[in-house]
Amino acid sequence: MTVYLVRRLIQALFVVLAMSLIVFVGVYAIGDPVEILISPDADQIERERAIVALGLDLPLWQQYLVFLTNAVQGDLGRSFVFNEPALRLILQRMPATLELAFGATFLALVIGLPLGLYAGLRPNASASKTIMAGSILGFSLPTFWVGLMMIMVFAVQLGWLPSTGRGTTCSVLGFIGLQPCSSGVQWSFLTIDGLSHMVMPAVNLALFKISLVIRLTRAGVRETMLMDYVKFARAKGLSPARVTFVHVFKNIMIPVVTVVGLELGSTIAFSVVTESVFAWPGMGKLIIDSINVLDRPVIVAYLMIIVMMFITINLVVDLTYSLLDPRVRLENKGT
Amino acid sequence: MSEVAIGGTTPAAPRQDKVETPLRRFVSEFCESRIALGGLVVITIIALIAIFASWIAPQNPYDLAQLDIMDGRMEPGTVGGAGFTYWLGTDDQGRDMMSGIMYGLRISLTVGAGSALIACLVGASLGLMAAYIGGRTDTVIMRLVDLQLSFPSILVALMILAFLGKGVMNVVVALVIVEWAYYARTVRGTALVERRREYIEAAQCLALPTYRILFRHLLPNCLPPLIVVATMQVARAIALEATLSFLGLGVPITEPSLGLLIANGYEYMLSGKYWISFYPGIALLITIVSINLVGDQLRDVLNPRLKK
Amino acid sequence: MKPNIRRRMLAASTIAAAGFVLAAGQASAQTATIAVGAPVTSLDPHYHQLSPNNAVSDTIFDRLVNVDDRSRETPGLATEWRAAEPTVWEFKLRPNVRFQNGNAFTAEDVAFTIARLPNVPNSPSSYAAYARPITRIEIVDPLTIRFHTAEPYPLLPLDMTNVRIIDKEVSENATTEDFNSLRAAIGTGPYRAVAHRNGDRIEFERFDGYWGERAPFQRVNYRMITNDAARTAALLAGDVDLIDQVPTSDLTNLRRNNSVHLSETLGLRLVFLGLDHLRQANENSPLITDNDGKPLGRNPLQDVRVRRALSMAIDRRAIVERVMEGAAVPANQFLPEGVFGYVADLPAPTYDPNGAKQLLAEAGYPNGFRIQLNGPNDRYINDSRIIQAVGQMWTRIGVRTAVEAQPWTTFVGRAGRQDFSAFLIGWGSNPDGSHPLRNILATVNRDRGWGASNRGRYSNPQVDALLLQSLSELDNAKREREVVDGMRIAMTDVGVIPLHIQTNIWAVRRGFEHTARRDELTRAQDLRPAAR
Repeated sequence: MTVYLVRRLIQALFVVLAMSLIVFVGVYAIGDPVEILISPDADQIERERAIVALGLDLPLWQQYLVFLTNAVQGDLGRSFVFNEPALRLILQRMPATLELAFGATFLALVIGLPLGLYAGLRPNASASKTIMAGSILGFSLPTFWVGLMMIMVFAVQLGWLPSTGRGTTCSVLGFIGLQPCSSGVQWSFLTIDGLSHMVMPAVNLALFKISLVIRLTRAGVRETMLMDYVKFARAKGLSPARVTFVHVFKNIMIPVVTVVGLELGSTIAFSVVTESVFAWPGMGKLIIDSINVLDRPVIVAYLMIIVMMFITINLVVDLTYSLLDPRVRLENKGT
Repeated sequence: MSEVAIGGTTPAAPRQDKVETPLRRFVSEFCESRIALGGLVVITIIALIAIFASWIAPQNPYDLAQLDIMDGRMEPGTVGGAGFTYWLGTDDQGRDMMSGIMYGLRISLTVGAGSALIACLVGASLGLMAAYIGGRTDTVIMRLVDLQLSFPSILVALMILAFLGKGVMNVVVALVIVEWAYYARTVRGTALVERRREYIEAAQCLALPTYRILFRHLLPNCLPPLIVVATMQVARAIALEATLSFLGLGVPITEPSLGLLIANGYEYMLSGKYWISFYPGIALLITIVSINLVGDQLRDVLNPRLKK
Repeated sequence: MKPNIRRRMLAASTIAAAGFVLAAGQASAQTATIAVGAPVTSLDPHYHQLSPNNAVSDTIFDRLVNVDDRSRETPGLATEWRAAEPTVWEFKLRPNVRFQNGNAFTAEDVAFTIARLPNVPNSPSSYAAYARPITRIEIVDPLTIRFHTAEPYPLLPLDMTNVRIIDKEVSENATTEDFNSLRAAIGTGPYRAVAHRNGDRIEFERFDGYWGERAPFQRVNYRMITNDAARTAALLAGDVDLIDQVPTSDLTNLRRNNSVHLSETLGLRLVFLGLDHLRQANENSPLITDNDGKPLGRNPLQDVRVRRALSMAIDRRAIVERVMEGAAVPANQFLPEGVFGYVADLPAPTYDPNGAKQLLAEAGYPNGFRIQLNGPNDRYINDSRIIQAVGQMWTRIGVRTAVEAQPWTTFVGRAGRQDFSAFLIGWGSNPDGSHPLRNILATVNRDRGWGASNRGRYSNPQVDALLLQSLSELDNAKREREVVDGMRIAMTDVGVIPLHIQTNIWAVRRGFEHTARRDELTRAQDLRPAAR
């Protein structure tokens, strides 16, 4: 086990290294940050000055070496745009994204599981067919379009919800009353105003996930219901509720939780469209803004963090899975 | 260890193929669901429209000479300068929306189905290899998957744009790069379980060549979850292309896909010029819904574990 | 904060509170919310030369020479200025001005600011160019300062409109981060920043000790909503009171809406087509071929008749009406009427497709040729739509045009490498004709700092000579004549093809009034409660 973990850790290092290298070369190929950041009326001398100031005058491999040297010491570079440590910028934006991603995942489970369960237990009922057809809607319309429609209906026409932004925030300690609200890590779900700002973006993000959960649950339930052990349980005379919630449910939770876990990862990483439509100041907006101006230190740092996150999620998935399903064994595999 | 395949993960007894014509059985089982049959009919019609767009569309929306900005943003039903009626209105360039949708379907289907197909081939092969060969191959492929999953599609699209320039095919390339990892992960998950089964061992004992075991024995048994992922990914690819177009990274502006038409019309939603974005949206919706209705039924029919 | 100031502020806020009671029901007038489309990247006024940053700097800080909404120079922290000698500019400073921390404003602060300009670490687009002509700073007395230059330099007051003055005492050794964290973000402006979340929002509070007209709101929230549709929706939903960069697609709708009105003025930004002047007459231009797609063997754009034909083929009125929905005026030069350097006697742009065809035939292209027109799709208003419209028009005179739009990120680099034959780009001018002349039309010359944005590599010795003269001419009337002559030559020669000058549009909720500015800056102090 330890050997396995160490090996995975070493592999993770290589992946992170590969990621940083790809980003360096990629950004270099896409364009010149100075051309994008500099004022149009800056003359050639100013342009050269900016190139030197941002360390872009060195050959690419030297820039990469400088980056690596600093990264080993925990310094992932400073944003070209904000002139602040890239890591700090990302961490500042993280709470906003985390609460949105978890909110959306929560919605997906709360709405998706019961619907999927129902559709799986009664595959031929017309309600089930409606649920399944409806779930297709969740991933056929582009997110940006649905987002704007929601703003138009619920904020502009009905005036029920605020249109954009994050609203009032509070820290956990402030919420309990131990310190002023404004100090510490800020969360919007702790205030009514913040929650009302969160509803629309969270639902917007959740739509795809709801469909996914419905489909996974239904598929799982349909298969499991035909399994011998479920048939036995029913034959034994256990109540349908007990069969459903203990035997079936337990079995289908594994795929649902794993896929939702990975989905949570990609929501944290790339809720780019939702965050820009709803002007949500999270990491997704930071990465798209950074890509647009080729703010390389932020892009590199961001993607290194994200790749770590995915590696961790995948590792956890692999571990849980081998614990839960003894047919898949770790020690036989190289990974 | 394994990732979980969307749809079905629990292994069942190997398929007991009936000797009687499997194709006929497949067809009759598929036709059990009338909704799915309807979906198939709709897809066929859509595909025909897309294929024959250049004959049935009143205008060639890709030919700038046929467009006139003086006809821009006309309401559905207006007669334009060229003499024919714009039944679904025009967009900001004076492009007939109906023609635009017909041609756009072609691009969207090419991009969606094309990228899903190629990504599926690439991803499934790599996934199978990872599971079957194992060891270092598996490690390398799966770490590539990790890398890919954490790489934003926007950055991929930008890099492709920088390296290869604009074009429909380049969007397909970008989408394949973004999507293959999903297939690889799914297939590997199922294949890891399947490769320990007796029929594979039997094939190995017969000293069959590896590629034959992989594609003739292992792959067919990994199909059900793969089809689920594939149908969802076709839809996802089309939607992703729309998002890329929304961000200015999609297909060329003079050859709009459905997604680009929607993205173009998006700005006009607030000003009541609904048709620029609404009709392509409806076309996209119908396409994706029917693809998925068919996909759902295919999965149920092909899944041996659901056989009564 | 010094105690006496705190007492004064307390008194002021009591007065404000009393006013608040009197104006009961007008609670909303105490706070205003502004949503801008482009993110502010820093509160350091000398870190990143960028319009959104300048707008916010203008709210917190002041400049020696202000620019009013019509882009005329007006007294700011300096009350008057003159060229005391050909190489010496003297500025008289405004007395009794205080910083938001209570410190008095003096010539020391000005000298300190100028000295800081080239010394802001990591600046991606610094303000150093404004300090470069100054060889020596002489403080005559606390309210008089002299800038010595190596040569006569007429543009120094214009340069000073770009420099915001900071407080020497708090800013000594201050970093950009100190400004962002508000510790050093202390100026003499009408509002002070009280909260700042990078890329998301800035909150302002009225500075009661401001030397000029008192700011109308107690608090102003300055939010960044980059998505166009979302910004308009936020205004319609009543979440914000003022938005900038109103998308043209929303104009019709907003004009009809009773709870909103538009605040607009003709701007200083020209949208134009750059052409490949780099390839000589006997060379191939990269994206031009004959009608069969084979190399042409020559660069048709070197022939002024072809350039003129391409310009005449464009129906600018149609673009303005249909694509821009009226939010622009057709242009034949860089600046609008009334701005220094406007050429009054240039003929209005004509639309004449037949004449264009004839000119093409005369130039030896009776059947036209093929060209690719490039442009960004996320930079200027309707950029990708405009190039499609131009593509339609060029195709009609026989120049078969392929249109390609891409994000600015990849576009700008390729344009800078002269990868294109024809491309759309924009230029926001300073209110002085020498500005576009020097940056866009002058022959590229590193030592002079000319032609840095001359991406088509246009070069005309006559234009260069006139520009050179004007840059050392202290007599403004003479200088304007030289600038006008240079611009006239470049425009008659079709160095670039001007399309239109954009209108700057803000949308304002009922109950508020806004002063539209030519320079596109969205400043908190330009928003007021509507007069009853």
